[in-house]
Amino acid sequence: MANNTKGRRDFMGMALGGFTALGGIGALYAMKRTWDPLPSVKAAGFTTIDLKDVQDNVLVTEKWRGKPIFVLKQSKEMVAKAQNEIGKNGKKSINRLIKIGDNYYMVAVGLCTHLGCIPGYNPEKEDFLCACHGGMYDATANVTKAPPPRGLDIPPFKIDGTKLVLGEAGPEYKKMLADGTTLAV
Amino acid sequence: MAHFEKANSIGEWLDQRLAVETLKRVLQTEYWIPKNINFLWAMGMVLAATFGILLISGIFLLMYYQPNVNLAFDSVNYTIMSQVGYGWLWRHVHGVGASVVFLIIYIHMFTGIYYGSYKKGRELIWLSGMLLFVLFSAEAFSGYMLPWGQMSYWAGMVITNLFSGGSLHANGLVEWIRGDYVPGQAFLNRFFMLHVLLVPLAIIGVIVLHFGTLRIPHVNNQDGEEFDFAEAAELYKAGNVKESKVIPFSPVFLSKDVLVMGVYFLFFFYLVFYHFEFAMDPVNFDPANGLKTPTHIYPEWYFLWSYEVLRPFSTNIGLIAFATAQVIFFMLPFLDRSPNVAPASRRGAFQIWFWLMLLDILVLTFMGKLPPQGIWSTVGLVAALTFFALWIALPIITKFEKKL
Amino acid sequence: MKELKIFGIVAIFTLVLYWGVEPFAHSQMHKHVEGHGLVYDGTADIKETVKSKKAMKKAFWADVKKIASLKGNVKAGEATFAICAGCHMKGAVNMGGVTPPSLEHAGALYDKNFLIALIKDPAIGTNVDHKYPNGTMAHPMGSITTMVNKPQDIANVVAYLKAKKAGEVTPKEAFTEACGRCHANRYGHLTQLGDIPKTKSNIKTGQDIDALKYKQKVATEQAALANYLGKLPPDLSIIIRARSEHYLHTFIENPQSTLPGTAMPRTGLDKEGMEKVFAYLEKTGDPSKPLREETGPKVLLFFLIFTALAFLWKKSMWKGHH
Repeated sequence: MANNTKGRRDFMGMALGGFTALGGIGALYAMKRTWDPLPSVKAAGFTTIDLKDVQDNVLVTEKWRGKPIFVLKQSKEMVAKAQNEIGKNGKKSINRLIKIGDNYYMVAVGLCTHLGCIPGYNPEKEDFLCACHGGMYDATANVTKAPPPRGLDIPPFKIDGTKLVLGEAGPEYKKMLADGTTLAV
Repeated sequence: MAHFEKANSIGEWLDQRLAVETLKRVLQTEYWIPKNINFLWAMGMVLAATFGILLISGIFLLMYYQPNVNLAFDSVNYTIMSQVGYGWLWRHVHGVGASVVFLIIYIHMFTGIYYGSYKKGRELIWLSGMLLFVLFSAEAFSGYMLPWGQMSYWAGMVITNLFSGGSLHANGLVEWIRGDYVPGQAFLNRFFMLHVLLVPLAIIGVIVLHFGTLRIPHVNNQDGEEFDFAEAAELYKAGNVKESKVIPFSPVFLSKDVLVMGVYFLFFFYLVFYHFEFAMDPVNFDPANGLKTPTHIYPEWYFLWSYEVLRPFSTNIGLIAFATAQVIFFMLPFLDRSPNVAPASRRGAFQIWFWLMLLDILVLTFMGKLPPQGIWSTVGLVAALTFFALWIALPIITKFEKKL
Repeated sequence: MKELKIFGIVAIFTLVLYWGVEPFAHSQMHKHVEGHGLVYDGTADIKETVKSKKAMKKAFWADVKKIASLKGNVKAGEATFAICAGCHMKGAVNMGGVTPPSLEHAGALYDKNFLIALIKDPAIGTNVDHKYPNGTMAHPMGSITTMVNKPQDIANVVAYLKAKKAGEVTPKEAFTEACGRCHANRYGHLTQLGDIPKTKSNIKTGQDIDALKYKQKVATEQAALANYLGKLPPDLSIIIRARSEHYLHTFIENPQSTLPGTAMPRTGLDKEGMEKVFAYLEKTGDPSKPLREETGPKVLLFFLIFTALAFLWKKSMWKGHH
């Protein structure tokens, strides 16, 4: 090709290339949106649990966003014990409990904060043990033995009478988030 | 092992290991294309681009499509069309692309026929191209099954029944193809496999072959002129770009390709957003029902001509006619007895043959969609007979063609 | 110039091809039915019916016209409506194959003439009298002809419906009331029994007993419908893409004109009712339309600029080549 056209050619070629890249970004945005969870998945993020019939120290498992949710009503002794307990991470156990009326409940995502296995509950010892890597939690699901970095995560909840709406953040949950009792899920 | 010097740039590092400079020269800057061409020569790149678009949109459709007879319809029409972010865009692009790709294939084919680009030395270009046509047909048909609507089901039923071979009653073969007595779960699953894996793999392979077949005989030009490419290339490299009869593929030829692609994409996306109904048959928005055939059943427009070759005849003759029509275009380089490589306009009787063939295929296409009643049946029969008469006439008229 | 000529030839062939396989083919395949602008005066009924019924239908629609000219008394109509409310009530159950529709927005959805004709004779009014060779009494609503049959009573009830049951109606309500007793819309999460209730599966068994019970209820309702109508009316989730708008319009206006002998009754939608039903059908059948219409111009503008830049690039590349 003639050398005198080279400068102009490069400029136009680059302009076209740059503009094409712009279109590519647009297409990438559409692709990103395609990978997003579906609206129906997000809508399924709300679950209502009725705590009325839950018994002291009997672990109830529910499901929220496909994850197991632990609900453990605390007996008077367990509450008393939790008052003084401090987890491996320095957090007070009692702050983790949800108070409805005169009753205290532990509600948490039943997945070990280490790598996501489901810990098992031992009602006699009143603690959780994760069989995968030996992490342990007390009855409020606060961590008592590493490797888990923190207690079981508490799902966003809103108190509605004796019911708990999971997926919606009420004032009690926001307080827990603010003081670092749990992390946002 | 070869000895490697320390590289001074990434380009050099790659060049030492992959010979990228040589590759670039061989495939782009010194891959010579004749200068005497028009926009029809860009159809190959337009096809490659459309195939790319089909591939990308297909990948995103694959993320939520369910190859299950109970779920397929809703996974397409509900999940993909209304739930998945931009799912509707992928589907419209894929549906319109599948239809438009055949328009471009036909333009590409008839360009080749008009300019005699299948003649001695270039037979493999034509044959590999025809192979691609057949593969694209298989890809289109298998894809048409996937939404599992009324047209999917009944097209699946009718087309697989062709394999019973008429009086041969090879029902075993039909059931083997379907994996069931009727198109069912096994059928949907295997056509899904064909559509997303086996056929695309074959297509990609044959596209590479198709490009390869161009290399030695070189691309034809508007006048069918034969010249020394090496000499013309030397002239070009020496700076005599005006006198040289060739241009490098990249960037000179490519710049024209990209311009044609720009115009093409305008047309393509206009169809995607504002005029997609032609590519997405309304009847296929009714879920498959094995107990009710739609009132009118017809293939997509690009199969209509060969469908019409089948329709006016009795079962056995129809099947033979249909099978012949599928392969007869493969025979073009051998049925055209004239050594002339020239546009049809300079080839006397062949020019008439070309336009008659084009018109006949157009008439067959129209008739293929109309209900086979009254005058349309007669027109269809005449057009089908004309189709075969033209192929019989081809070796004769080209034998007597004057040498240019 | 030569390239433009070649392009012209390609374009003409493409357009002729399109014309042949789309507009032309469709004009040959589908019978064209003229709409009547949602005027329900029996014109099509009289024209299309069998010879033996022509005189009867003529007289029937003449009567309808007469009743329409009477001044209805809303108050008196309300009293007479109590007869209707015996079946058309909340929680109505299947009666003779179909559940009586809610009349909550009847005044807004249905045409006045249609309502008069319907009360006067449900089978003839909805143009399905061919299904009842033994007379209207066999129609699920047939007994109305013995209960509300004085012209003034009919005029009163219709006046009451038009006055008290009009109100604002959402597209979904319009669909549920006018179509939803026979047609499901699964993309709108509607069955013949209305909204699909939210249920929860048992955490231990993974089974959702309430959902199964509901499924059974729907299946029972559908069986009754299919039995009564000869087949289960189709789900209308994406009917808007499966049929043309003109087809749906004329079909809903008078089903017999398009599909002679169909079991589908005329629904008597007025202009507002029809618009609302279509709005709902579009919402479930073509929900991407707004985003599609928003994205289209942007993409086309992109390729317009792309083509212009490509043209300049090509021009600079080919400089000195000719």
